Amino acid sequence: MQRRTLVALSLAMTAAALPAAAQDTVKIGLILPMTGPFASTGRQIDAAVKLYLAQNGSTVAGKKVEVILKDDASVADTTRRIAQELVVNDKVAVLAGFGLTPLALATAPIATQAKTPMVVMAAATSSITEASPYIVRTSFTLPQVTLGIAEWAAKNKIKKAATLVTDYGPGIDAEKTFKDRFVLNGGQIVTEVRVPLRNPDFAPFLQRVRDSGADALFTFVPSGVGSALMKQFAERGLDKAGIRLIATGDVTDDDILNDMGDVALGVVTSHHYSAAHKSALNQKFVEAFGKANKGMRPNFMGVGGYDGMRVIMEGLKASKGAGGEALLNAMKGQVFESPRGPVLIDAQTRDIVQDVYIRKVERVNGQLYNVEFETQKGVKDPGKAK
Amino acid sequence: MLTLLFDGIAYGMLLFVLAVGLAVTLGLMNFINLAHGAFAMAGGYATVLLMDRAGVPFLATLPIAFALAAGAGALLERTLYRPMYGKPHLDQVLFSIGLVFMAVAAVDYLIGSQQQIVKLPAFLSGRFDLAAVGIGKYRLFIIVLCALLTVALQLVLSRTRFGSRLRAAVDDPRVASGLGINVNRVFLLTFAVGSGLAGLGGALGAEVLGLDPTFPLKFMIYFLIVVSVGGTSTITGPLLAALLLGIADVLGKYYAPKLGAFIVYTLMIVILLWRPQGLFVRKGAR
Repeated sequence: MQRRTLVALSLAMTAAALPAAAQDTVKIGLILPMTGPFASTGRQIDAAVKLYLAQNGSTVAGKKVEVILKDDASVADTTRRIAQELVVNDKVAVLAGFGLTPLALATAPIATQAKTPMVVMAAATSSITEASPYIVRTSFTLPQVTLGIAEWAAKNKIKKAATLVTDYGPGIDAEKTFKDRFVLNGGQIVTEVRVPLRNPDFAPFLQRVRDSGADALFTFVPSGVGSALMKQFAERGLDKAGIRLIATGDVTDDDILNDMGDVALGVVTSHHYSAAHKSALNQKFVEAFGKANKGMRPNFMGVGGYDGMRVIMEGLKASKGAGGEALLNAMKGQVFESPRGPVLIDAQTRDIVQDVYIRKVERVNGQLYNVEFETQKGVKDPGKAK
Repeated sequence: MLTLLFDGIAYGMLLFVLAVGLAVTLGLMNFINLAHGAFAMAGGYATVLLMDRAGVPFLATLPIAFALAAGAGALLERTLYRPMYGKPHLDQVLFSIGLVFMAVAAVDYLIGSQQQIVKLPAFLSGRFDLAAVGIGKYRLFIIVLCALLTVALQLVLSRTRFGSRLRAAVDDPRVASGLGINVNRVFLLTFAVGSGLAGLGGALGAEVLGLDPTFPLKFMIYFLIVVSVGGTSTITGPLLAALLLGIADVLGKYYAPKLGAFIVYTLMIVILLWRPQGLFVRKGAR
């Protein structure tokens, strides 16, 4: 027993001594939920990061870039512990990933203390970037993508709307943004429902919406839940009662949209990314992504990871492989063409500024896609515009 | 209002089919089986995978889901559960919750963690209005099927030879085996049927409740509420408890969405304070 401990100890010491010898690598700590209910987020981002490195090479300023992938199973305590280990033991130049808001918030103090930049590739609550001056975000915020659909609803003969959101940070962000903008444009909210994150049955909530006499239901639910909601929406005959379903793009997530079937047809959403985005760059991205991952379609999480990796790599190029302040400053203010369209990392807020599209689910070549038909240019997160 | 009542009944019936197997193992066999939801999940995945990958029609997958879950139940009863019968309840709880975590991880690994989507046949989707009551066809299907099951189950337990053997085996295994009843086989069959019912419930419920690897954990609380409120010595107890909970849950979410799922727990606490043994208890039961 004692000998085994000794062996383990000496092994650990050798492992700790190794990085000192290998000075010519830059390490990126990637923390994602690879198991558990949000594993699809992790899967998408991991695939996108690998794709970016495969396409653009993994050396920067003469140094080899090494991505250390860790699974936090979307438990905030675990994320925090892993982040600490990555910073202290592995001496990573930058932390990245973060599937959900609480995970990003739990890690923010570590980024500040260690002066290690932290690239948020998925979590979408507006306030995250304010939690640490070292946070850069390449995903989106819910207020940012909700404004589009609120504007569209007011312009398209929708006078009375009901809202149904999942009762947690992003849901409340979406509800508030939709309500404020829709009412400002002369609309009326007839009923507001918040459903628990673990909700087995939407029937009573949807019946309430049906009885409220709304012209449309605005909804935000995390992507996996969206299909159940949409099916029950049709099942309950809300569509036949003349109620339109409008939402943020999480509900018609590209990752699962194709499995939803006809109930998804005609649903109007606003979001920053669709696999059907018409640009040469995106077509190339979707094709390469599918080829590397058994035909899987990239979704908004995937594009967040892809762009996040680009921001890090370009930042490292400019900082000659150095982390810390130098890397942070090199990531701020980057302007580039992403598969989702033109984007900018705002130097002041460190948050992403991007186009938001209004889309409608249509059948294209036998598959369901979010087809974009309107564009709002350069939308900044309204949470920070004030 | 009546539409809501209808939804509530359908939801309650579904909970009943999911939980009744647990009422049997927990109540009749006196074994704490928290892994009950794992069998339900197995049934749900059997249906989804058979429809998706093998193109089996929905109705045909239901008996298969039952058989698969029952088979898995029988196998595990022989190998893992039987040695646990004599152990204290705490051991049983730890053992079966361990099984749940293993099932969750296994499904996550083999199939992935995404929500599974059931594509119902056209004749079961949609709804019609009957005297101003909106009736979802699928929910009606659930109610009818579950009602038939309940009647059949009640008859088997109270009227057949197997039922009396089971009751004898439960009340005093030593005397029962002395009378020539093969107690092991009776328990094996009972456990298999209980698991099979869970599997059928999972297959039926995948459409309404959703299906992903966390299913057994998500619904464990509901099963336990149904069984503890209903009492474990009859079939009618869990049935009424499930109906009550289903209706209360639906009405609560409609009229007081802010309270959400809280209503169910409040109701459970009130009932258990009033009748700690559950709603219906056979006099003289253990």
